[in-house]
Amino acid sequence: MSIWEYANPVKFIRTTDRILPWVSVAAVVCLGVGLVWGYFFTPDDYRQGATVKIIYLHVPAALMAINAWIMMLAASLIWIVRRHHVSALAARAAAPIGATFTVIALATGALWGQPMWGTWWAWDPRLTSFLILFLFYLGYMALWSAIENDDTAADLTSILCLVGSVFALLSRYAVLFWNQGLHQGASLSLDKEENVADVFWYPLLVCIAGFVLLFVALVFLRTQTEIRARRSRALLAREGRT
Amino acid sequence: MIALLLRDLRLAVRAGGGFGLGLAFFLVVTVLIPFGVGPETGLLSRIAPGVLWIGALLACLLSLDRIFALDWEDGSLDLLATAPLPLEGIVTIKALAHWITTGLPLVLAAPALGVLLSLPPSGYLWVLVSLALGTPALSVIGTFGAALTVGLKRGGLLLSILVLPLYVPTLIFGAEVARRGAEGLAVQTPLLMLAGISFGTLALLPFASAAVLRINLR
Repeated sequence: MSIWEYANPVKFIRTTDRILPWVSVAAVVCLGVGLVWGYFFTPDDYRQGATVKIIYLHVPAALMAINAWIMMLAASLIWIVRRHHVSALAARAAAPIGATFTVIALATGALWGQPMWGTWWAWDPRLTSFLILFLFYLGYMALWSAIENDDTAADLTSILCLVGSVFALLSRYAVLFWNQGLHQGASLSLDKEENVADVFWYPLLVCIAGFVLLFVALVFLRTQTEIRARRSRALLAREGRT
Repeated sequence: MIALLLRDLRLAVRAGGGFGLGLAFFLVVTVLIPFGVGPETGLLSRIAPGVLWIGALLACLLSLDRIFALDWEDGSLDLLATAPLPLEGIVTIKALAHWITTGLPLVLAAPALGVLLSLPPSGYLWVLVSLALGTPALSVIGTFGAALTVGLKRGGLLLSILVLPLYVPTLIFGAEVARRGAEGLAVQTPLLMLAGISFGTLALLPFASAAVLRINLR
């Protein structure tokens, strides 16, 4: 019994089928509780007014946009080293989800920036590096869909993901150097000095948990779909109908 | 290795189209800019370093899909891959040939085109230096992209989507060196970063390109 047994697609589908309802329900509950709590039962901020509530979508989405790429990086490394197909498919399944989170973070950021900074968009390091991250997601997905052979596509995208990670990091520091920005620093850290006030902090934490669970559920679901799609393609190929 | 380099250079010069095309494109882009933003000298001299960098980057991008495409079509890429030379070396030579045929002419032409954009006199040297230091990185990164998309039909568009985000750090530091140089500010920090990116990509990316090429030739 080791973790590698779950690289068996049948086992993966059976296990995730058992977990998936629980994760989905937990995600819905967390998101529901967090968002309702955040939007209806917290006071307005004394400086930002009601717009502070965008934080419940903006921060978790931004967090997951980066974490999705890190998860794809880990899955790509596992594919390169141990060549487990489920891992490659999980990386493929995560990319559109990560791209969506990036768009949500950018859009809510724009909605928040308009009343606060008086502008929808600024060439600020954080904003710019998110835009570049979005471009990386686009390239990654484009490469996946451009290549016919699944294994070749998995190999190539894995290496692209590796190289892209290095360059994403480099771009982050490059844009920091290029322009000092408007965006505030991290509002969540483990030492309590910089944190947002407790009233906002607890519902935000619930929302983040909800987004993490949502991401896990979606990745499971999409990976299952990828496995089944590949199976049905194999069946069709066996019948000589592709 | 030298034979391969000479072969690539000869092909680029004789096969037509590839060699002068990037340069001509660079010229046309630079000439079009004043029509787009207006011929105001102050504005032009302020944006000149950035425009020259963007133009050079686009001209470089234009010729990337030629790096492997022709060799792929006539099968000589398979021969090269089975040659005693390691694939990493072949990839490096290919990048070098691309730089000599595309990057180097751009570097040399940039100060001349700077005249059209009324670049301040102090900027000529720094535009030259930043491009000379930055274009090798563009070639090496582009070779990686070309290796990724080598077997694909209509890979050119995909190539630009893949490569342009990777160009971001090089562009930022390169344009920053040129801009600061033109305004007479200290250039040391971005210059060192640019050199770091160039040498770093030169040292590491050929391995990634060779790995990708091996997968594509499988």
